[in-house]
Formats: sequence, C-alpha cells, structure tokens
Amino acid sequence: MSTDAVTTDGTTGIHPGREATVGANVPPGGGGPRKAKRRDEPEFGSYYDLPVINKPAWESPDIPGYLFLGGLAGAGAAVGLAAQGTGRPGLAKVSKIGAAVAGHLSLVALVHDLGRRGRFLNMLRMFKVTSPMSVGSWLLSGFVPAATVSALSAVTGAAPALGTLASAGAAVLGPPVATYTAALISNTAVPAWHDGYEYMPFIFVSSAASAAAGLGLLGAPVSESTPMAFLGAVAGLSEVALSKVHEESIGIVKEAFHEGKAGRYMKAAEALTAGGAVLAAAGGLTRRRSLRAAAGAMLLAGSAFTRFGIFEAGISSAQDPKYTVVPQRERLEKKARKGT
Amino acid sequence: MSLLDMRFDNGQEAAAGSGYADAPPRMGFFTDTSVCIGCKACEVACKEWNQIPEDGLEFTGMSYDNTKGLGADSWRHVAFIEQPKSLAGQITGGVGMAASSGSVASVPTAPEVTAEGIRWLMSSDVCKHCTEAACLDVCPTGALFRTEFSTVVVQEDICNGCGYCVPACPYGVIDQRHGDGRAWKCTLCYDRLGVGQEPACAKACPTDSIQFGPLDELRQRADQRLAQMHSVGVGEARLYGRDPDDGVGGDGAFFLLLDEPEVYGLPPDPVVTTRDLPKMWKLAGVAMSVLGGSIAAAFLGAGRPGGAA
Repeated sequence: MSTDAVTTDGTTGIHPGREATVGANVPPGGGGPRKAKRRDEPEFGSYYDLPVINKPAWESPDIPGYLFLGGLAGAGAAVGLAAQGTGRPGLAKVSKIGAAVAGHLSLVALVHDLGRRGRFLNMLRMFKVTSPMSVGSWLLSGFVPAATVSALSAVTGAAPALGTLASAGAAVLGPPVATYTAALISNTAVPAWHDGYEYMPFIFVSSAASAAAGLGLLGAPVSESTPMAFLGAVAGLSEVALSKVHEESIGIVKEAFHEGKAGRYMKAAEALTAGGAVLAAAGGLTRRRSLRAAAGAMLLAGSAFTRFGIFEAGISSAQDPKYTVVPQRERLEKKARKGT
Repeated sequence: MSLLDMRFDNGQEAAAGSGYADAPPRMGFFTDTSVCIGCKACEVACKEWNQIPEDGLEFTGMSYDNTKGLGADSWRHVAFIEQPKSLAGQITGGVGMAASSGSVASVPTAPEVTAEGIRWLMSSDVCKHCTEAACLDVCPTGALFRTEFSTVVVQEDICNGCGYCVPACPYGVIDQRHGDGRAWKCTLCYDRLGVGQEPACAKACPTDSIQFGPLDELRQRADQRLAQMHSVGVGEARLYGRDPDDGVGGDGAFFLLLDEPEVYGLPPDPVVTTRDLPKMWKLAGVAMSVLGGSIAAAFLGAGRPGGAA
C-alpha cells in the first residue's frame, strides 16, 4: 500500500503504484494466438496462456503412491492365493504380507490426501457407479480386511480355514482393486489421464502384475519364485510396450509424458521395467538367487515410476492450455470436415 | 440394455431426471458478453453474498484481471482481453500518430499508425451448471447434488475434500479451498432462488450482461440477440454452451461470445468425461480378467514348486 499524501504543498511519501511495471509479468497469449514455444508447436488461442482446467487437488506422493500400492496389493493377493494353492508357502506368505501392508498404506495415503480427513467415512455414504472413487472405496473396504486376515493367518499359522477363506476373498477383490484406479484417473478432464483411456487399464494391470512379481522374486525362496519370473518378464515387457502404444495414440498430449518430471519418471520406469523383465526371464531360466532379487527390485521400482510418471504427466497436462485446446480444436475441425 | 450401456444423463430437465416430482423450470444464466463493461460488480456481489474468503491480493499485470480464473474462492471471474481488432465496423482509437514524429526525441521512430482500432472483450465467467455434470457424477460422497432448479450445488457439510470433482470439471470451475479442504463453487445462489430472488451477480450487473431466468426463455432470448448481432454486422458473435446436443448436454449457464471460446479461457469443445466411463468400466473388466488369467497362467506354466523352469 502507498503511504503517500497529496496536499497543497505537493506530494509526500512514496508512490509504489507509479513504479508498477505493468505487464512485465504478462504471460504471452492474451487473446491472440499463443506464440509457438517450439518450432513444431501448433498455434492456438488462449487466455494469457492460463490453463483451461483446474490443477488436480491430488498430491504426490499420496495419490501416485496409492496407484502403485493398490496395484501391488491387488495383484499380490491373487498371487498369494495361487501360491498357496500350488504348494508354495514361502511365496504365499510374502505375497499376502505384501498385499496387506500395501493395502493398509493405501488407506493411509487416501485418507491423508482428503481435505477433511475426519470425514473419510463419508466415502461409504453411498454407492455410485459413475464415481470410480466410490466403487474403489467399497472395494478397498472389503479387500483390506480380507488381505489383513489372510496375512495374519499366513504369518501365525492360526485359523488356517479362515485364512484360506480370507485369502480367497482378497484374491477375488484383488484384480478389481488393481484395475479400477485406471478408470479413476481416466474419468477426468485431464488430457494425459483421459485421452487414451482405452490403454490405461492394461497399463495398470501390467504395472500391478510386474510389482507383485517383483515382490515375489525379491522375497520368496528361489525354489518357489519361478512363476513370478514368468509373470515379471511378461508383465514388464507388456507395461513398456503398452506405454509406447498409449503415447502414440494421444497426439500432442504425448509431450506431457516426455517433458519435465513426468518425462524423467517415465524414462526411469522404462529402463527399470524393461531391464527387470529381461533379468526376470534370465533368472527364471537359470534360477540364480541374485538375478531374481535384482529383477524383483527393478520391477518394483519400475512399476512405481510408471505410476508417478503417469500422475505427473496428468498434473503438467492440466497446467498447459495447449493440451486442452489443441486436441479439442482438432476434434472440432474433424467434425466440421465430416459435416461438409 | 445393461447398466454399462446407459448414458449417465438425465435429459434437459435435469431436476426431473434426478427424482424431483414437481420441479420448477430449469433456471440458469445467459451471459451476454457483448454488453459487459468489465465493472466486476458481479465478482464483488458474489463474494459479499456468499461470504467467500479473500484469496490473495495479487497483481498479475494481465490487463485489468487480477482474479485470473474461477476457483474455490472466485465464483465469478471477469476476463479482460485487449485485441488490435475493431469490433465489427467500428473505428475505436489509434488514430493519427504519424503527424507527431520528432516531437519526442527519446521515442524510437514509430511506424505510421493508421486507424486500425482496438477492441476490448470482457466476459464474466461462472459455473456452467452442466446438464451432464462431471463434478456431480464423480463425487463419491453425494456432497454434490442436483437441485430442484436443475443447478449443481456442493453440500459443505458432506464434502470430505477428496478432490475428485476438481480434475473432472472440463471448464476448470470447482476447486479445493486452501486451509479448508473442501470443494467450493457457484451455487447459482441456491439460497436466493429458494425465496424467489435472482442470484447476486445478476442482480448487481448494471448492463444486464448477466441475465437470469428459466433456461428455455434465456435460450430464446439468446437466439434473438445473436440474430440481432449478426444483422448489424457483428458476424463474430456466437453462442457458447447453448446447444443441448453439445458435449455436456448444454450448459445451464451459457454465453454470447465475440471470439473463439479459448480466447476467453474456455474449452472449445468440452465433453463430460462420464460419457466415456461405461467403456472405461468394460475395458477395466477385461483388464482385470487378463490380470487374473496371467497370474494363473504363470503358475500353470511353472509347474510344481522346486521343479525345473
């Protein structure tokens, strides 16, 4: 605020308003087309280059962490039951513990991200199929208790019948828990999350499977972890391949996956997941403990980077009007061409 | 028709589709930006009536706009756009700079400026109260609901701040309030409507740029206004959000604009994300089967534990 006074003797004090550098911080745009920041960038209209949609209120690491943990938990529970059923107690135990711990951490992350944490039970106030978050809340409220009982029974050896029942329940709810998060983030106006939504569930299940396989390779005895080597190799390679196909299907929004934080995360994800998948295949053939452990660690890390990369791509795509306006303009032009 | 084939919309009389037996007519806004003078009375009236907290006194340097956009604490936002174009045939400003060359030595020699004109576009943006509202669809708690006036309102005693509505909105309207955690947006003055009053912004608008009324009536009036604008040569006038067949089933608050929507910070072709949700659920169903199947296949392929790979 200015502290000046204007009297008959003239003006006193300072007049910061007079020194205001009007327009010094004006972003380009302002009604005219935005000047291309790069040579190959299309021109488009914008309002001072401000974003069209609001930035998602979800925060890192809560939400991308949850996307990873939910995948690990869901796929881990299914692996746990399959391992138990095929006489692999070591793999079953580590998978069930992983599913329960990841499930609980998921709940912590989700409640922590709420604006009003005390009202977390409002999530179960109704069931809405139009809200993947509502569907997911109900899935988790069944999954986490089941996974917990399953893990406790596997660790203590107590109540084996109840433990098996809980393991079966968790294994049935696991794949939906690992997958619905794809619908959750795709069902938004965020270009990098919504465009190419056809691929998102498949990227998510690949990422979930490679995480669960990674945990098994890392934690289970070599005599039992061979199925995880197969799963890790296939899931890891699928994850990398699907991410590529996805990026090619979304036009200009692809850039959001290649720039800034998202770009670094996706690059790390690709290297770790592809490397982990190859090591898993090699470990599956040679049965070397060190190879399998390295593959497991890489697959787990790769899966996490994929989720963080997708999350960050969404955040950055929401903050640049280019990703909202250009694809919508293209859609309108396509419609107009069809019409005439 | 299975559950997944249905479209999640309630038709144009959204309130009736939401279960109101004797719903009053659908109410909305028609914001005719061609008569907006940028006074921001709407912004002020909205803040005052709805007791919206201050959200930072920032100097943006963007023309006269220090509000920047809609959010948790800005439910009306007046955009200011300065363009080196004349409005239709009008000549506005920028006349005869050429004669004064040399009188001010420090000024670099300016090119001869002819009467090109400049126009100001001003537009008061607001929540669109979509026929197919993404924020309402994705809200997991039911805090967002459809009123009897077919408007979309957040119940502040239910919202738990999950934030899902924020990225769902294709217009960037609703947002989470800092230090409060809940989502907030325009209620189309639900409290005032309940007692037969018009919303505060429309009441305060001195030029009737913001018109409030039954949506049917507003649409007719907008069509007439558009025809009038075109007949006097303002060919760039267009309606935005008026079409019930657009990507959100038509807006409850729609606009007459004088340039492309994106120039005002509006999306050119918004589509409610929930239209794609049935397909997303189907694909998720396929994907989760693939996940279960791959895990089973991995175990079948590996054979007995301890055996050779």
